[in-house]
Amino acid sequence: MSLKTLTKPWEAMAYGFLDGSAKREIRRKMIKAIAVPGCQMPYASREVPMARGWGTGGLQVSLTLVNPTMRVKVIDQGADDSVNAASIRRFIARVAGAPTTMDTLDADLIQSRHRIPEEILRDDQVLVLQVPNPEPLRPVQPNMSIARQMHADADYGRMWLQLYEQIVRSGRVMQGASYPSLVHGRHVMTPSPIPRWDVPKLNMAQHLTILSAGREKRIFAVPPYTRVEPLVFSDVPYKVEDHAGLTCHRSGTRGFFMNEIPQEDGSSAFEVSDSEWGVKAIRRRDGEEVALGETWYKNGRMPS
Amino acid sequence: MTPVLDIEGLSKGFTLHHLGNRIAAFNDISFKVAAGEFVLLKGSNGAGKSTLLRTLYRSYLPQAGIIRFHSDHGPIDLARAADIDITHLRRTEIGFVTQFLQARPRVSAEAIVAEPLRLHGVPAEAALTRARAALATFGVKQDLWKAYPTTFSGGEQQKVNLARALILPQKLLLLDEPTASLDATARAALVSRLAELKAAGTALIGVFHHPGDVEKLIDRVVDLTPEITQTEERMDVDI
Amino acid sequence: MTLTLDAPRIVTTHPLVQVRNVSKSYGPVQALRDVSALAYPGEVLGIVGESGSGKSTLLRMMNLEETPDTGSYTLDLPDVSGNLFDLDRFARRMLCATCIGIVYQNPHLGLLMKHSSSGNVAERLLVAGERSFATLRAKATAALEASEFPLDRLDAPPIELSGGMQQRVQLAKAIALEPALLLLDEPTTGLDVSVQALVLDTLKRLQQERRITMVIVSHDLGVIRTLADRVMVMRGGAVVEAGLTDQIFQDPQHAYTQQLVHAKL
Repeated sequence: MSLKTLTKPWEAMAYGFLDGSAKREIRRKMIKAIAVPGCQMPYASREVPMARGWGTGGLQVSLTLVNPTMRVKVIDQGADDSVNAASIRRFIARVAGAPTTMDTLDADLIQSRHRIPEEILRDDQVLVLQVPNPEPLRPVQPNMSIARQMHADADYGRMWLQLYEQIVRSGRVMQGASYPSLVHGRHVMTPSPIPRWDVPKLNMAQHLTILSAGREKRIFAVPPYTRVEPLVFSDVPYKVEDHAGLTCHRSGTRGFFMNEIPQEDGSSAFEVSDSEWGVKAIRRRDGEEVALGETWYKNGRMPS
Repeated sequence: MTPVLDIEGLSKGFTLHHLGNRIAAFNDISFKVAAGEFVLLKGSNGAGKSTLLRTLYRSYLPQAGIIRFHSDHGPIDLARAADIDITHLRRTEIGFVTQFLQARPRVSAEAIVAEPLRLHGVPAEAALTRARAALATFGVKQDLWKAYPTTFSGGEQQKVNLARALILPQKLLLLDEPTASLDATARAALVSRLAELKAAGTALIGVFHHPGDVEKLIDRVVDLTPEITQTEERMDVDI
Repeated sequence: MTLTLDAPRIVTTHPLVQVRNVSKSYGPVQALRDVSALAYPGEVLGIVGESGSGKSTLLRMMNLEETPDTGSYTLDLPDVSGNLFDLDRFARRMLCATCIGIVYQNPHLGLLMKHSSSGNVAERLLVAGERSFATLRAKATAALEASEFPLDRLDAPPIELSGGMQQRVQLAKAIALEPALLLLDEPTTGLDVSVQALVLDTLKRLQQERRITMVIVSHDLGVIRTLADRVMVMRGGAVVEAGLTDQIFQDPQHAYTQQLVHAKL
C-alpha cells in the first residue's frame, strides 16, 4: 500500500459543489425532517455562489440529492426560463453533470420557487421548495424560542386567532400565499409562498416534498402520502384563488393558476403560470406530438 | 319540646396581642333553647350579650365549651364545626339579624331581600314576588324596591335588612337589637313576623335595648351579668 | 387558646381544590413553607398578606405556572386525577385552558394587547379545540357580555381600552369556557375606586349566578371581605390563620392578623 492508493487527484471542488460533510449533514436533516413531517430541522446552511434569499436553501438540498443520472428542472414562480431559474439549473448541471429538462414529466428532481407544477408528480419525483420564512408562528410570536416551544406543545391557538381576526376585520381570510397548514395532524408549517391554489396538491401527494430555507437555516418535509390540511374554520370553507374560469391568452389552456398581465386599456389578460404547461399546450395545438401529464386540477376543480 | 340548641360551659375572651393582655367576655355559660322558644339575653352593658350572639353564629371563636346545635343533619358542635359546615348552616338553618344592612353597590332592595331565597333554590320570579311582599310588610315604599339601598336612610336600610333576614324561616334565629332605629309601623311588623316564625317553630335568641317591644313573645330570660362587673372591650372591627 | 375544628360533617362533597404541604424556595429565599389550602365547590377563598408573603406564588402554582419543591395539588373534577404538579407542560396547558381561568393584576400578562378583545376571548376557545367561526364569535360575545363589557367595543384591541375594561376582557377570557376554578390575582388593584367597585360587583354577580369556585389574592382587605367566604392570611410564605371571613375580620386570633385588620382604614 502506498500513499498514492489512499489519495485521489486534486479537484477544484467536490462533486455537486458542496463538500462531503455538508451533504452528509443535510442528508441527515432531511431524514429527520421526513421522520417528523412538518417539523423544522435546523441545519448549518453553507455558502453557495448565490446570495442568501435567492434560493440557497433549495439549492443546497438539490445539490445534496442530485446525481449524474437525475434530470433536473428548476422553476421560478411557475417559469423555467426566468434568469434565476436558468442560472440555478445551469449551475446544478455544471457542478453535478446532471441532465436538465423543463418538462415536469421528465424531471426527477424539481427545485421550485413559489409554485407546484400543474401536472401530478409521481412517487419517483422529488420537489424541493425554496422557503424565505419557514416559521408560520412568526407573525404571532416574534420570539423564536417561544415559537419553537409552541410547536412542541402544538399550541396553535394564536395561529387560529390570526385567521379569526382576518375574518372579523375583512369578512374573509386574507392570507394569500404561505397559507398555514397542519401536516400529519401535528405540526403547522408554512408551505412556502405557494398560492392557496397549490396547497391542496400537497395533501396525500405521491411525491416527496422537501422545503428548505437557506437564510433561516431550516429544513422541513412533507413525505409522500401525508395529510396537509390548511387551517380553516369548520363553517368558513377553504377557498383557492378564483382562477378556475380564466383562460390563458397565449395557449388557450383553461382552469389553471394564472398570471395577471395588466393591459394598456386597464383590463387584464391572463397567462398560465406554469410556463412549461403553457408551452406544451401551444406545441400540441400546433400539431406536435406532446405528452401532457394528468393534472391535479380538472376543469378548474381539485377533485376531493 | 324539640331541642334546638344546648350550650354548655361556653367561654369567650379576646387576646389583644399588641397590648399583650387578655379580656374576658363571658365565662362558663350554659343554657338550652327549644324549637319555638324565645330567649332574651339580658345583662348590663359589657356583659357580653352581643359577643355571645356572635359566638353562637361563629363570627367569634370560643375558648371553651360546647354549642350543640340540633341541625337537620343531626347534632353538631358549632364551636368546633368545620368552616364549610358553618357556611352551609348559615345558608340553611341559622339566621342572624344585625342592626346594619350590608348593602352592595348596584344591587336593588328587592334583589337583596330575594337573595336568601335564591340561594335556597327558589326560582327568580317567585323569590322576587315574596321579597316584594316582605318589603311591603315592613313598610318600604314601592318606589324604593328597585332602588339601591346604599343611598337609603338608616331606618329604611334597617327595614330592608329585616325583610332579608326574616324572609326564610330558619331553625335558629339570632337577633342583635333589631328594633334600633325603627319606626312604630316597622316595629309592629317585626314583632308580628317574629311571632309568626316562633309559632312555626323557629328558636329565637335576642338582645333588645327595649325588651318591651317583644315582651309577649319572651319565654325565658338569660342574664349574663357576672358577679363582678367588667368593662367590655368591643373587639369587633366595624364592617 | 381556641378550640381546634373538626372535619366537615354536614358538607360531605370533596373540596374542588386541594393544595397540600407545598414548599418552594428560590435560592436562599423560601417563598412558601408547607402551605395547604382547600376550596369547596362554589366557595370563594380569599388569600391576604403583604407583598412577598407568597400569596401570588401560591396562586401561580394553582394555575400550574410554577412547580413547588414539595407538595401536591389536586382538582376534584371528572377526568382529572393525581398530583397536577406531576403533569407535563402539554397536559398542564390543556387543563389550564379547560378547567382554570385566571385574571392577573397586570392585563399585559393575560391579554394579547394588540389583538381584538373578542379575539382574546376566542383564543381560549380555540386552544380548547373550537373550530366554528360562528360559535367562536357567539361564545366570545356572550362571555364579554357576562363580564359587562360594552359590546360596541367588541373588536377593539385591549391596548386602546381603560384599565377597568381590560380587566373585563381578562375576566371574559377566564370564564369563556365556564371553568370550574377561577383564580384572581389582585384583580382590582390599580383601578379607580369607582371602577374597582364595578368590577367587584361583576365578580360577585358571576359568582352567584354560576357558582364558580374562586380563589382571590389581594392585599386589599375590602376586596377580600366583599367577595370571600373564607380567608387565609399569609405571612413570610406561611399560612398564619384561616377561617370564615367574618370571623377573621371580627375575631382575628393571630397577632399578625390583628395588626392587619386594625390597620385597615
